[in-house]
Amino acid sequence: MATVWFWLVAVMIALYVVFDGFDLGAGVIHLFVARTDAERQRVIRSIGPVWDGNEVWLLAAGGTLYFAFPVLYASAFSGFYLPLTIVLWLLILRGIAIEFRNHIESPVWTPLWDGVFSGASALLVIFFGAALGGVVRGVPLDATGYFFEPLWTDLLTGSPTGIIDWYTILVGLFALFTLTMHGALWVVMKTDGELQARSRGAAALAWWGTAALTAIVTLVTFRVQPHVAERLSENPAGLFFPALALAGLAIVHRSLAQQRELRAFLGSCAFIVGMLTSVVFGLYPYVLPANTDPAFALTVHNAAAAEYGLMVGLVWWVPGMILVTAYFTFVYRHFAGKVR
Amino acid sequence: MDSALAVARLHFAFTITYHYLFPQLTMGLALLIVILKTVALRRRDPHYDRAARFWGKIFAINFAMGVVTGIPMEFQFGTGWAAFSRAAGGVIGQTLAMEGLFSFFLESSFLGLFLYGEKRLGPRGHWVAAFLVFLGSWLSGFFIVATNAWMQHPVGHSLGPDGAIRLESLWGLLLNPWVGWQYLHTMIGSVITACFVTAAIGSFYVISGRHQDYGRTFLRVAVPVGLIATLLQLFPTGDGQGRMVARHQPATLAAMEGLFYSEDGAPLVLVGQPDMERMTLDNPIVLPRVLSFLTHRRWTASMQGLDAFSRDEWPDNIPLLYYAYHIMVGLGTIFIAVMAWSAWLLWRGRLFGSRPALWALMLMLPFPYIANTAGWMTAELGRQPWTIYGLMRTADGVSPNVSAGNALFTLIGFMGMYTVLSILFLFLVRREIEHGPEGAAARPTGD
Repeated sequence: MATVWFWLVAVMIALYVVFDGFDLGAGVIHLFVARTDAERQRVIRSIGPVWDGNEVWLLAAGGTLYFAFPVLYASAFSGFYLPLTIVLWLLILRGIAIEFRNHIESPVWTPLWDGVFSGASALLVIFFGAALGGVVRGVPLDATGYFFEPLWTDLLTGSPTGIIDWYTILVGLFALFTLTMHGALWVVMKTDGELQARSRGAAALAWWGTAALTAIVTLVTFRVQPHVAERLSENPAGLFFPALALAGLAIVHRSLAQQRELRAFLGSCAFIVGMLTSVVFGLYPYVLPANTDPAFALTVHNAAAAEYGLMVGLVWWVPGMILVTAYFTFVYRHFAGKVR
Repeated sequence: MDSALAVARLHFAFTITYHYLFPQLTMGLALLIVILKTVALRRRDPHYDRAARFWGKIFAINFAMGVVTGIPMEFQFGTGWAAFSRAAGGVIGQTLAMEGLFSFFLESSFLGLFLYGEKRLGPRGHWVAAFLVFLGSWLSGFFIVATNAWMQHPVGHSLGPDGAIRLESLWGLLLNPWVGWQYLHTMIGSVITACFVTAAIGSFYVISGRHQDYGRTFLRVAVPVGLIATLLQLFPTGDGQGRMVARHQPATLAAMEGLFYSEDGAPLVLVGQPDMERMTLDNPIVLPRVLSFLTHRRWTASMQGLDAFSRDEWPDNIPLLYYAYHIMVGLGTIFIAVMAWSAWLLWRGRLFGSRPALWALMLMLPFPYIANTAGWMTAELGRQPWTIYGLMRTADGVSPNVSAGNALFTLIGFMGMYTVLSILFLFLVRREIEHGPEGAAARPTGD
């Protein structure tokens, strides 16, 4: 049962990255592809009615993680205390920027919020990537099941580890390129004219960065966390996930050249889902590897809640997800098409 | 203030108190918007649509504030209270995850449609969007109150060998006997805030002679709903909640009421200052035997005072708890008086010409916020020294790996951030009020 929830949480996190990922990515390119106030308004309006719903995936995934793996939730959130708090501050600034920007038309007000929106989006993406890198690399868990990581380190991944080392920075940059591509493809799909042309350029540029970093990050991940490579070589069926990612990446490239906007965006979604599920598959049964003593690591089994809670969780989770699918279908259909 | 526990408590108290300033308006306001939309639909009157659109704008600003200050709350269970989360996450994570799945998605999806899709949805569709936002926000309140109710009165669980608390019954958790009154009391508190805010803006418009039609509409809706809500807040919900505390948290009740010694026919304290050193109440004004009657429906019933409990069961800040409770009840009483007076004038057709009543309604604006905050302080301080009543002490729930210095760093950061947010919020709301319903809200949005 714990394994089922492991995958359900992974799916929710992947959905968070796919959905909120495009509005974060739109934020990253906001200042560069949209030059006039009218263009910037269009970027904001393209995500305006949906960004909040997208961000709910973070809360829903967090809540699901909380009840299914309370030990992991407690350990990881308190251990990543400082970076997580900074993420919360960035989420606050970004949300306020999106919601408050269009309240006042003024040459002081709107550029301020454009800057906050873009800067907070980029930093958030890097932090999320670095956090994922930190989890894959492993954290200094002790016998009590807790750890506390400092922000700064000597940048090496050896003990003692911290939030920022060369590996987490690398994964952070990877996330930045990936979601920049993803967000740019969204803006391509939702706009036309010069704004669309510039976004297409940004997507093409980010594609190359993403492709290069995919190769580099995959190779170094096998070194930093050998468990991932072992899992994949022992279970070749798991190669489906990286194959999905590569197929997605190829589709993005081809569809960009053919100007097939929706297909390019869906390719990017497949890439993100493929990469995240690859990582998740590679980590299993770990949910938080320890770089101190493997015995201290948190796994699907020692971090999960009791059986009854996991069983009964399915009773509401399944209908809940059906409802959410219905809302999202309705909302995205309602706001489909180009933003004028 | 220098221990990690003290900082973590202040951290949670500060962030949750600030956060709840916004949902307490939006949950109640969602109901008033549904009422305005219903009238608009039935009478086919665009005046009410414009009124609803105006409050939709105020709602949106408050909702954004509620969202951005609410995300840190869920995460703070893990960051600041890891030991608590580790033990109890399997139980309260259920209701928190359900809140995300069943209410936040509903609320955020249909708020987007309500704000940006009025033209294309048509009048009926727009009404449905408003109703679903209302439903989502009231469901959200339910799941949060169910979470809190479990911490006040844990049920439906068992204790595992490793100290983990295991859920045994989801229905037990959702239908906790504590939930019913606490939920209704909380939601009606939210309706009271919304009614006083609506009435205050309405009065402001009437007094200042601008947007007078709308000012009158706001008052016509807010005053009758407000009267009903303020009455329901006292009875049966407040009464029911109080008797629940008396039954399951008797030490808390004694502390709230300032009852130091057990007695038969205990008095109800109206004012007075608890003196913890001498165990007396200074300068008291009391109603003899009323506390016994309210609690047990018998004038001479015996009530347990603080002396009946060992000191390690006493709430750890009794004067603050006592004041929070008395401020809530005192303000609640004043609310009934103001709403009853205004409703009577409205019924006689004299409210819009009555300067004293309009001024009173306008100046009441901050007080429901104070009353709701004081009410939650009563619930949370009253639960001390427990974080899960009878199961886990607050001191045992704090993150063992987060130092006081680190927690203070983030607390100061939140204080700074929220100061900036407050300034922006007041600036934008003032601007919307200034523009009024004829301004930006005159036309439906969307294409």
